[in-house]
Amino acid sequence: MFTFLHKFASPQYFYAWSASWQKWSSILAVLLMSVGLYYSLLNSPADYQQGETVRIMYVHVPAAWLSMFGYMVMASAAIVTLIWRIKVAEIMIGQCAVIGASFTALALITGMLWGKPMWGAYWVWDARLTSELVLLFLYFGVIALSGAFDDERAGARAAAILTVVGIVNIPIIHYSVEWWNTLHQGPTVSKFDSPSAHPSMLIPLLIMALAFKAYFFALLFKRARAELLLRERNTSWVKALLKDTE
Amino acid sequence: MRLFLFIFKRDILLAIRRRRELANPLVFFIMVVSMFPLGVTPDHAFLAELAAGVIWVTALLAALMSMDNMFRSDYDDGSLEQLLLMPGSKVVLIAAKIAAHWFSIGLPLVIIAPLMSFLLFLPTQALPSLIITLLISTPILSLLGAVGVALTLSLRGGGVLSSLLTLPFYIPVLIFSTMAINAAAVNQPVSGYYALLAAFLIVSILLVPFAVVAALRVSYS
Repeated sequence: MFTFLHKFASPQYFYAWSASWQKWSSILAVLLMSVGLYYSLLNSPADYQQGETVRIMYVHVPAAWLSMFGYMVMASAAIVTLIWRIKVAEIMIGQCAVIGASFTALALITGMLWGKPMWGAYWVWDARLTSELVLLFLYFGVIALSGAFDDERAGARAAAILTVVGIVNIPIIHYSVEWWNTLHQGPTVSKFDSPSAHPSMLIPLLIMALAFKAYFFALLFKRARAELLLRERNTSWVKALLKDTE
Repeated sequence: MRLFLFIFKRDILLAIRRRRELANPLVFFIMVVSMFPLGVTPDHAFLAELAAGVIWVTALLAALMSMDNMFRSDYDDGSLEQLLLMPGSKVVLIAAKIAAHWFSIGLPLVIIAPLMSFLLFLPTQALPSLIITLLISTPILSLLGAVGVALTLSLRGGGVLSSLLTLPFYIPVLIFSTMAINAAAVNQPVSGYYALLAAFLIVSILLVPFAVVAALRVSYS
């Protein structure tokens, strides 16, 4: 099985099979995004308290989910990197960090835009906002570290160690910040037995969340493939590939 | 254990030989704390409210500043590589180095902190909790800082980068410690915060040396 895995994850094979994954996740993202945007912007009720501003939620919440999901994908890649030293996983770490940081920033910015009409301020030192900000700092750390080494593989392994240390620390940071100060509304979706969000809002939100996930993978594959070509530019398979396309 | 003691003694001895360097973080600590009344206000009540946070953030920065000493000189003259090649557990070796670092940097910070609390008019009933939180938490600072330093050891200008990597991990320590001090200032129970900090310390002691060894391997690859 491991020989199969190694073959599967070898740069050359990854480049081949990820092409169709990238294509289909892109198509899925476009489809879901158009359906989700139609429902969330045009065909869902305005909130009785928050009015039309509630529509920020359909971008804000998926971005916030993705900011954490991205860290989990990055951590998985980090663990694979540390154990098996698979090149593709090494590349994934840096790319996940960049994409994850962008979604974290998006969640923060949309949150600020939503906070101004609702709470009356762009920024409050609330637990969730602070956790998200700290997450952004952690992403910046991984990006900075993985880029700081002359040897890309050493940089990837250093970033992997930092990511794993981070995954142990994130719950601790999260709960410490939670006890410290809380103003943000509690989770309204994860209570599945009795969700406090109405289906007319919940369904568009879930569609948007899936669309964001598909978009995340489309981006990840695209970036990883490009980075792979760059790093492997001196190998025979890339040269052969380039010769074919000429 | 013998290895632990050997490395511990060696590092302490080296630290004592370079005692001027040792004093730098302490001087930094005192200077930055004394900047706050100048920059904010000399008002007694206001400073008292600010004291816990200011002392703690400054202690964090002072500890961060000294982190680079932990492995840098041994790395530069090659003795760290020789130490790592020695037979025996690398984890113990690293644990000893971190312990020695705490002993030469963290402990002096704890000792000097009461003086800082007088400068900022920290309420006297909060003083014991300031000392206890510093005593529990400065080892955590040394431990977590060691990871950042080990990761950036082979880089030029690694010091700044390692502070960037380490600071987010210091947040729980900062929060629990200042909450404990502020609770003590208004005579509320504080033992819960001590328990959380101690738990964090124990987990760090158990896990961090392994991460540092892995990070040093990357630096030597």
